[in-house]
Amino acid sequence: MTSMTDPHQGQFRLSMLLYDSRYRSMTIQIVALIGFLILVFWLISNTAQNLAELGKEPSFGFMSEPAGYDINQRLLEYNSQDTHLRASLMGLLNTLLVAVMGCIAATIIGVIVGVLRLSPNWIVSRLAAVYVEMFRNVPVLLWIVFIMAVLIETLPAPSAFRKGEASMALWDSVAITNRGVYIPEPLFSNSLGNIHLLGQSSLRFDVSLDLLAIAAVFLAGILTSMLIKRRADAIQESTGDRPATWYWRLGVVVIPTVIVLTILGLHWGYPELKGFNFKGGTYMRNSLIALWLALSLYTGAFIAEIVRAGILAVSKGQSEAAGALGLRPNRTMSLVILPQALRVIIPPLISNYLNLTKNSSLAIAVGYMDITGTLGGITMNQTGRELETVLLLMAVYLAISLTISSVMNWYNESVKLKER
Amino acid sequence: MKKTAFLGALTVASIAASAAVAQDVSTVDQIKERGKLNCGVTTGLVGFAAPDANGTWNGFDVGVCRAVAAAVLGDANAVEFVPTTGKTRFTALASGEIDMLARNTTWTFSRDVDLKFEFVGVNYYDGQGFMVSKDLGASSAKELDGATVCIQTGTTTELNLADFFRANDMSYEPVPIETNAEAQQQYLAGACDVYTTDASGLAATRATFEDPAGHVLLPEIISKEPLGPLVRHGDNNWGDVVRWTLNALVSAEELGVTSANIGELGASAGDNPEINRLLGTEGNLGEMLGLDAEWAKRAIMAGGNYGELFAKNIGEDTPIALARGLNAQWTEGGLLYSPPFR
Repeated sequence: MTSMTDPHQGQFRLSMLLYDSRYRSMTIQIVALIGFLILVFWLISNTAQNLAELGKEPSFGFMSEPAGYDINQRLLEYNSQDTHLRASLMGLLNTLLVAVMGCIAATIIGVIVGVLRLSPNWIVSRLAAVYVEMFRNVPVLLWIVFIMAVLIETLPAPSAFRKGEASMALWDSVAITNRGVYIPEPLFSNSLGNIHLLGQSSLRFDVSLDLLAIAAVFLAGILTSMLIKRRADAIQESTGDRPATWYWRLGVVVIPTVIVLTILGLHWGYPELKGFNFKGGTYMRNSLIALWLALSLYTGAFIAEIVRAGILAVSKGQSEAAGALGLRPNRTMSLVILPQALRVIIPPLISNYLNLTKNSSLAIAVGYMDITGTLGGITMNQTGRELETVLLLMAVYLAISLTISSVMNWYNESVKLKER
Repeated sequence: MKKTAFLGALTVASIAASAAVAQDVSTVDQIKERGKLNCGVTTGLVGFAAPDANGTWNGFDVGVCRAVAAAVLGDANAVEFVPTTGKTRFTALASGEIDMLARNTTWTFSRDVDLKFEFVGVNYYDGQGFMVSKDLGASSAKELDGATVCIQTGTTTELNLADFFRANDMSYEPVPIETNAEAQQQYLAGACDVYTTDASGLAATRATFEDPAGHVLLPEIISKEPLGPLVRHGDNNWGDVVRWTLNALVSAEELGVTSANIGELGASAGDNPEINRLLGTEGNLGEMLGLDAEWAKRAIMAGGNYGELFAKNIGEDTPIALARGLNAQWTEGGLLYSPPFR
């Protein structure tokens, strides 16, 4: 009744949802949300219903059954009687290994090539450009397969070493074969042993006390060295003279580490030809090398472009000002240009790290047993649990990617322009 | 608002309904409607399934696909061959991308029961063997301690290999590989000492080497590998069609029906009632299967009976040179034994 006589009173009518511009957008959004939820619900229920009809209700019970297959590269102890969960863990560690090695190598290659591309030397900058264009414009899968084929076809087989047709490199310490590269491994004669964690579960692992001790001493050395630097900075602030501390700083890191290594009895285990293969030493398989090289060279080309763009984004006046202050070119680069360029470089660098990690799932092309090869390959095939394994795989890659981006975002926060 | 919700519900209901309808059509009807049989085969294993220079697929497993296509569609060439790897084959079959899989697939309990497939029979009794280069000087698989072994990933051979080396307390370095071609490349380059897969596959692979005599198959056969075609659970009639097409090929050899004399034998009812029932000149077996009377006749004419298929693709006169062995008829000391056509 009132609404008839006084339409301007703020009473809410249902038609206002559609005709009042204050509510309309909200109505549309809610309807769209409901539609989206119905679609999602339909997809899930349809999948569940079809799986139930096939008699394959989703279940993750298979993860605790024995895997039955062997994995060549395993960073923890594993045998074919361990569970699918542990096999997946081996795959995950292999994925992380190649991703970390790849990110480090790609960054080093990218920074060097990116700087070289801006070199005033014509040949150097052209060579860098050729590298970038070659790797950026060919699919990474082809690079992986190509490098693997080169390694297999050109390097000598172990039998060639037996017949004396090939010999080991670097004073008989490194064996380069078409199955992989064997490098000397560090061994400790007075080893402190391992701590065994998590008992007999599928996620059990050993922690080497030797490594812990070395890492602790090394980190303590670094910390002391930073304290010395801080003191030197303080002296420079107050007196203007910087005391020469480099030998102190080097000493506190190197001397305790060397002492610990000597106490532990560090010696090297060299690869030796025994039976069919080389034994001893650290064995870097062809598959790892091919995947690592291809991923780093490919992603390195993208990073080189990012670095170049970052450097070009720093205005020319900055380097001219640095030159006017008497800084030499390499100090200009490290003190003036790179710190400013980093702000431009880091955000796209994050996405390249993510790409490299995700591209590592191409490992199966060369038989590298990453998590796609174990969980998403053999486990999926032997158990027939496509939906479950793929969901798990997606969750794993999501977790890795989110971790990388949060760490890198945190680093980005710390280097970006501070506005006060 | 109400209208939108109603429309939304209607859309969802109709989508759900159409999805439900699609599942009820039988596989045979789907194939007839499509005019083609989708048959999963290997990515290329000479003798079993490989395309020739003209792109035509040939081989022992291909023969089974063609026989089924001939029985159902009346045309042995109405087959779409879908190459599958050890890893992709089961997903392809379970998802309906292929109607049947004829790809040296080992019949195991868990594949039959847990993966929800139906193995319709065995077309080749095989076992896992090892191939090594003669230079290696190995004469037994027990001497392979520490060897690097190339292996196709996602196969039963991978599990047998792990069991064999564990049972004999030996170590090995597995090199997982996706396809037979890649395995061949790695093996020939010496990146692995040993190549292991089904003995028939090894013989077929060796036949394509430049120097087949430089490689030996070790005497140990470490597993039973009954290879056969399979279909999905859920359409028993389609399973029957594939099973009895395979049995028709086996029975035809046992009964002496070949592609040469089938025209004569199938023209009118003869003296042997089983041949008559098989070829549809007597009884109504074809009708029971939901096909016409001459289904088996067409299947046999497509590439010959089991023995002819074997001799043409992998027999002793071919480069692959496999003996019949276990795959001889039961009357000749083998394991081939088709249930009667009655």
